[in-house]
Amino acid sequence: MEPWKILLVDDEADFAVTLAERLRLRGLTVETAFDGEQALEKIEQDLPRIVVLDVMMPGLGGMEVLQRVREDHPDLPVILLTGHGSTRDGIEGMRMGAFDYLMKPIKIEELVKKIEEALGGGQ
Amino acid sequence: MATWKWLEKAIGRLFRMPDQGSSPERYRVIRRNMIILITVVTLLPLFIMAFMNYVQFQGVLRQEVLAPMRVLVNKTRNSFELWLAERESTVSFIASDYSFEELSNEKRLNSLFRVLRQEFSGFVDLGLIDSKGNQVSYTGPYNLRGKNYSDQSWYQQVRVERKYISDVFMGYRKFPHVVIAVQRCTDSGEWWVVRATIDTSRFDKLIASMGLDAQSDAFLINREGILQTRSKFYGDVLEKFPMPVPMRSYEPTVIESVDPQGRDVVVAYSYFLRPDFILILVKPKVGVLKAWSALRGDLLVVLLISVAVILGAVFVLVDRLVKRMRESDEKREMAFLEVEHSHKLSSIGRLAAGVAHEINNPLAIIGEKAGLFKDLMALNPAFPDKEKFGSLIDSIEGSVDRCRTITHRLLGFARRMEVQIELLDLNSVIRETAGFLEKEALYKNVELRMILAKDLPSIDSDRGQLQQVFLNILSNAFAAVDEGGQVHVTTFLKDEDYLGVTIQDNGMGMSEETLKHIFDPFFTTKKTKGTGLGLSITYGIVKKLGGEIEVQSKPRVGSRFTVYLPRAPREQQGN
Repeated sequence: MEPWKILLVDDEADFAVTLAERLRLRGLTVETAFDGEQALEKIEQDLPRIVVLDVMMPGLGGMEVLQRVREDHPDLPVILLTGHGSTRDGIEGMRMGAFDYLMKPIKIEELVKKIEEALGGGQ
Repeated sequence: MATWKWLEKAIGRLFRMPDQGSSPERYRVIRRNMIILITVVTLLPLFIMAFMNYVQFQGVLRQEVLAPMRVLVNKTRNSFELWLAERESTVSFIASDYSFEELSNEKRLNSLFRVLRQEFSGFVDLGLIDSKGNQVSYTGPYNLRGKNYSDQSWYQQVRVERKYISDVFMGYRKFPHVVIAVQRCTDSGEWWVVRATIDTSRFDKLIASMGLDAQSDAFLINREGILQTRSKFYGDVLEKFPMPVPMRSYEPTVIESVDPQGRDVVVAYSYFLRPDFILILVKPKVGVLKAWSALRGDLLVVLLISVAVILGAVFVLVDRLVKRMRESDEKREMAFLEVEHSHKLSSIGRLAAGVAHEINNPLAIIGEKAGLFKDLMALNPAFPDKEKFGSLIDSIEGSVDRCRTITHRLLGFARRMEVQIELLDLNSVIRETAGFLEKEALYKNVELRMILAKDLPSIDSDRGQLQQVFLNILSNAFAAVDEGGQVHVTTFLKDEDYLGVTIQDNGMGMSEETLKHIFDPFFTTKKTKGTGLGLSITYGIVKKLGGEIEVQSKPRVGSRFTVYLPRAPREQQGN
């Protein structure tokens, strides 16, 4: 099976890069994007199987990105990372069609599990 | 000057209504000042009016009361004067109409006297005296013929004034009488005197006709103060009148005096034009001014009643006013405190959210870096000191976890500001919440008794938030009671718009100082165990839901939390 391609979006580059590396160490293919616009571009270019999306970003925020993704790629699962207001944003995001949400700081095992769930369910 | 300054200061102090502080002293001062001010402002005009009335009435009434006395004196004096004038003109008529020869004829004189007595009462005798003072002829009950009067003063006087009316005197006959003498001069220069004596019993009749009551007295005196008629209280005829002779006045005059018996009396008097008598009417003051004192009494009663009513009204009014003022002050202060509190809460909420969010990102990075470190270490079997580094990283991750718990809690606190409304059965929310604590109740052997009102109307509220509220309060109650304690939960319908929930424990209770800060964020009595946010969050939620929370507590007796919830959510602030 082709390794799963994941797009990790977070404006905090250090976080995104580190998390990406950890995921790669677990055998996943990870692309990173550092803002909303970049994320939308990479979705078109790289065609990831799943998007892990930070909610709080300057410029185009996570929620807007989620909305665009739902419109253009209704089958692409999105996992939200929230650092603020947590449940509210999470619930709101799920209502908008996100697969699930995780609160920052996250635990890598949880994230991997969610990704597996999302992709497993999706297949 | 000093008095003025003092007065000015005192008045200034009266108008100063302190508006600072809420000490009982302040309200006492306001109350005192208002009472004094209103009392003075209302009573002063009343007293002035009463005083003016009193003075005016006194004047008018005196005149009213004393006028009849004056009239009576005037009338009686006129009667006296008329009666005496009649007698005098009769004697004058005899003197001028009859010649000396005719009058010296005793027979003639006798028949004349008889006619005289028929026509005019009071005549006792009649006689003719020649220019040398000898009694030429006489008719009457006594034998006075040949008597010489030339050295008597009345005889001297009649020669000067031609007419004479004597004071009352006893004369030869030892009973009071008055002499009327008239001189007749012929054209040729000869002269003689006709003299008549008049019985003064007629005076008594005139006085009797005044119709005086038993307490009053009327009599004549002459200008030396000798009584001319018998007085009821002040002596017999020709005795000295024991009071000073009043000032000369031909108009009836009234004076007030004290008589020798010590009675307060009103004296009305009038001088006669002729003869030199003074008619005096004495009445006891009590009788005369009875009407006046009655009126004065009425006036006083009305005044006193008015004063009492005004004072009563002032006291009650001011009392209520100050009480109302105090209540509204306290309410305002409470509202102010509440606003302050919710401000504090919401700004702390914002701060907490900001801090949590700002810290979360670096925290996440730390966590990931540490995680990466661990991952890399795990992948490299040749990593030296694996165990040491492993435990170091675990420690970092543990700390990150702890921080995460804290930031999540802070975010949770900030999040309470939002509400999700649905139709709820309050009793079932409470039953659910209590369910969480069943284990703990069992473990601690706490009796959790639910007294839930039946037929409570459902409410529009937020289930999760309500659960949080009840959970917080119940947890506190459980923490407060000892083993075997009791926690009672009661629901009830407060009124049309509100439901109430009471959670009461018989635990250790709280001091007043604790009660004051119980809803403040970060206030805790549990030192190490609590965040101090529990009840603050509870308070914030209840307020957000449009409700109220009250707490009563006594150390070592227990605490009672009462939550009032609106049946329908009100428009809430900042939603």
